[in-house]
Amino acid sequence: MPSGFASSTKALKLLGSVDDDAGTREAENGYAMTRKQRRMTIIGGSLAVLALAAALVLNALRDSIVFFSTPTMVAEKHVEPGKRFRLGGLVQPGSLQRGDNLAVTFEVADGNAKLPVAYKGILPDLFREGQGVVAEGALDANGVFKADTVLAKHDETYMPKDVADALKKQGHWKDDYGGKPADSGKTSNSGKTSDAGKPVATTAQGNPQGAVR
Amino acid sequence: MIAESGHYALVLALGLALIQSIVPLIGARLRDAALMNVARSTALAQLLFVGASFTALVMLHVNSDFSVANVYENSHSMKPLLYKITGVWGNHEGSMLLWVSILALFGGLVAAFGNNLPLSLRAHVLAVQAWVASAFYLFILVTSNPFLRIATPPIEGRDLNPVLQDIGLAVHPPMLYLGYVGFSISFSFAIAALMEGRIDAAWARWVRPWTLVAWIFLTLGIAMGSYWAYYELGWGGWWFWDPVENASLMPWLSGTALLHSALVMEKRNALKVWTILLSILTFSLSLLGTFLVRSGVITSVHAFATDPTRGVFILLILCLFIGGSLALFAGRATSLKQGGLFAPISREGALVLNNLLLTVACAVVLFGTLYPLAMEMLADFKMSVGAPFYNLTFAPLFALLLLAVPFGPMLAWKRGDLLGVTQRLLAAGVAGLVAVAIAWGWASGGSTLAPLAIGLGIFVIAGAVTDIVERTGLVRLPFATVLHRARGLPRSAWGTAFAHAGLGVALIGIVCETTWNSEYIATMKQNDVAQIAGFDVKLDGLLQRQGPNYREMIAQFNVSREGQPISVMTPSKRSFTTRGSSTTEAALLTRGASQLYISLGDATAEGAIAVRIYYKPMVLMIWWGPVLMAFGGVLSLSDRRLRVGAPKPARAKQRLQPAE
Repeated sequence: MPSGFASSTKALKLLGSVDDDAGTREAENGYAMTRKQRRMTIIGGSLAVLALAAALVLNALRDSIVFFSTPTMVAEKHVEPGKRFRLGGLVQPGSLQRGDNLAVTFEVADGNAKLPVAYKGILPDLFREGQGVVAEGALDANGVFKADTVLAKHDETYMPKDVADALKKQGHWKDDYGGKPADSGKTSNSGKTSDAGKPVATTAQGNPQGAVR
Repeated sequence: MIAESGHYALVLALGLALIQSIVPLIGARLRDAALMNVARSTALAQLLFVGASFTALVMLHVNSDFSVANVYENSHSMKPLLYKITGVWGNHEGSMLLWVSILALFGGLVAAFGNNLPLSLRAHVLAVQAWVASAFYLFILVTSNPFLRIATPPIEGRDLNPVLQDIGLAVHPPMLYLGYVGFSISFSFAIAALMEGRIDAAWARWVRPWTLVAWIFLTLGIAMGSYWAYYELGWGGWWFWDPVENASLMPWLSGTALLHSALVMEKRNALKVWTILLSILTFSLSLLGTFLVRSGVITSVHAFATDPTRGVFILLILCLFIGGSLALFAGRATSLKQGGLFAPISREGALVLNNLLLTVACAVVLFGTLYPLAMEMLADFKMSVGAPFYNLTFAPLFALLLLAVPFGPMLAWKRGDLLGVTQRLLAAGVAGLVAVAIAWGWASGGSTLAPLAIGLGIFVIAGAVTDIVERTGLVRLPFATVLHRARGLPRSAWGTAFAHAGLGVALIGIVCETTWNSEYIATMKQNDVAQIAGFDVKLDGLLQRQGPNYREMIAQFNVSREGQPISVMTPSKRSFTTRGSSTTEAALLTRGASQLYISLGDATAEGAIAVRIYYKPMVLMIWWGPVLMAFGGVLSLSDRRLRVGAPKPARAKQRLQPAE
């Protein structure tokens, strides 16, 4: 969990040195420090922490953000093998093949383009051909999308919001694809169900089913 | 009849809240005690009517009255009684009603136990409380009425989402709401102080217990939710950095900061403006969380939004309260005089550092939660911000905070001796380093940061122990004296030690689980044996069983270690006919703090079944930590100084420090 430890120690030293200086001065003539100096120390410390946080965020934004793409977007833009992204679309009917030991392959389509996906593990309960799916992973050298996470939801009328939006944008949206996709779109993580008092994701339709790793 | 009565009671509660919003303020302006006292009666009456309304909804669910839309959509006559009751808040309308009920409960508590508050302060606090309440009553009545009838009542309900048919739903949302909504009290106190233009240490003394209560519930609520997700969803995850989880984490972070800054204000009469600001921010973050979750603006499992007007309505409430209170703050904050000088190296200074790191960590979480939303609206591309982002940002900030935690309680007020404290923490530091060395030698694989993080956790725990040892004079003094001193130690000191140690415990759990968990995913046939972390897990067979409103397939596993049988585990998969959906019931085997975790996937035609087996070392420590923290909070709450109804020191102080 605490990755980025190294970068933080640097700032820690910075903070520490601020404190140390103040400490020695303090020990000699503690109350001699003026109100202004005290205030500057606190403001300086605050700025240091803020700068540290900003640096951490900017650094993290560079390589920890996962973008969402549809097969069409993948076809149009060259995506480097190994670059993680989320792929959303419909599972192409007839494309699902199960191999040995939980290996599966299927195609994700969005009307214009298709992309083969390989996955090893247990698929979500309502993973079905013709239904919406979001997979997270990266392309391999052969242009196959190696997914390590497959998200789907437990409901016939469910379609991930991102997929629905993408399909609408491309004019492939059909009303019978899903009741109210915006309602139940769970595409972010997994299906934890309650929190923050939202006991629930559940509108009449949602039975969130977790991500499968 | 029950539905109509419940609806009517809610309308009456709105009426009372409107009166309570205005009359006490007029009374305060006119210095009319009778008018100010109206707040007390209306707050109590409001609690009564909301309570009646909530009870009505519970009765409708228990009676399975499917002529009420809310019951039809979320209940089923075959559902066990417990889930009929918990199903009340397992949906949007009902959970909003729970929200306002708890808000009214806190208002009622202030009214009932706030006799020692100055009359005008109580009038202001209850009026502000009523503003919030009015807004949410209106929201429920206009957009989310749980008492709507269906013209032609169906015979059977649609059942509650099976994932929610679990004891977790009984405990988690009410706990979380008690926390979330409990921060409305410190918010109301802050606004009242700004309106009165007056704030002193006594103010902090009143606010702190309320904040502490809210914080204890929020801590337990978050931990409980995390454990629920862990065992219910079937793949052993316990935190997903989901927007809705962040929505509960943010008030926790700023609430924790508030708890500490109120301490400085209470003891040293410093950091007043900051404490006020934190009170406002903490409740604003609670409101923001309600908005994020209720409006469906963020893609999340929890998101609802069947109706865009709801989102707009909550957004309005949000803007009104956050904008209004910050504007008031901007206008009035300067009138609050600062007091209590302190040197940067001091207990106060340490608490400032604590606040700084907590609020910055909170800001980072806020950024991560809202950034994808902003990018989608402004730049029209989609992305998700997940665990990797928070590991790179939140984790280092929190590591820094944890490093500083043991120092705080050991520094003296006003002017501390960092060198001296460092010397006294030497033993704790050595313990941490030894832990790093042991973890390093023992660990096979995993991140190199893991042993360091474990050392940090041990340092935090040892630091908390050191503080108690120092205060009681253990080792130095004869045992009888130590015992005497331990008894004389304020409970808040024990509370601090437990809460801080809880942080270390949770950290160790998190690090061990994420670094050294092992998993085994495969299809298994009868008599197949899976080997994981030294355990042999043999599939004995599959059987079917009929539950009250589901069918389940149970797999029986025999777990043994080196030939010695340990236990039988029976994970199952339940199919709920009404919704045509299924849930996975994981089986857990606890060994010390570690757990073996089995959940089922689909059965294949040949009688084999997909199985997920995890071994999660030290995983229980993740939740023991928050429980320790909450226990520390309870200890601190029971401290004489903070006991509700111990008004004397506060009054004395007040006389000494008239309006500034």
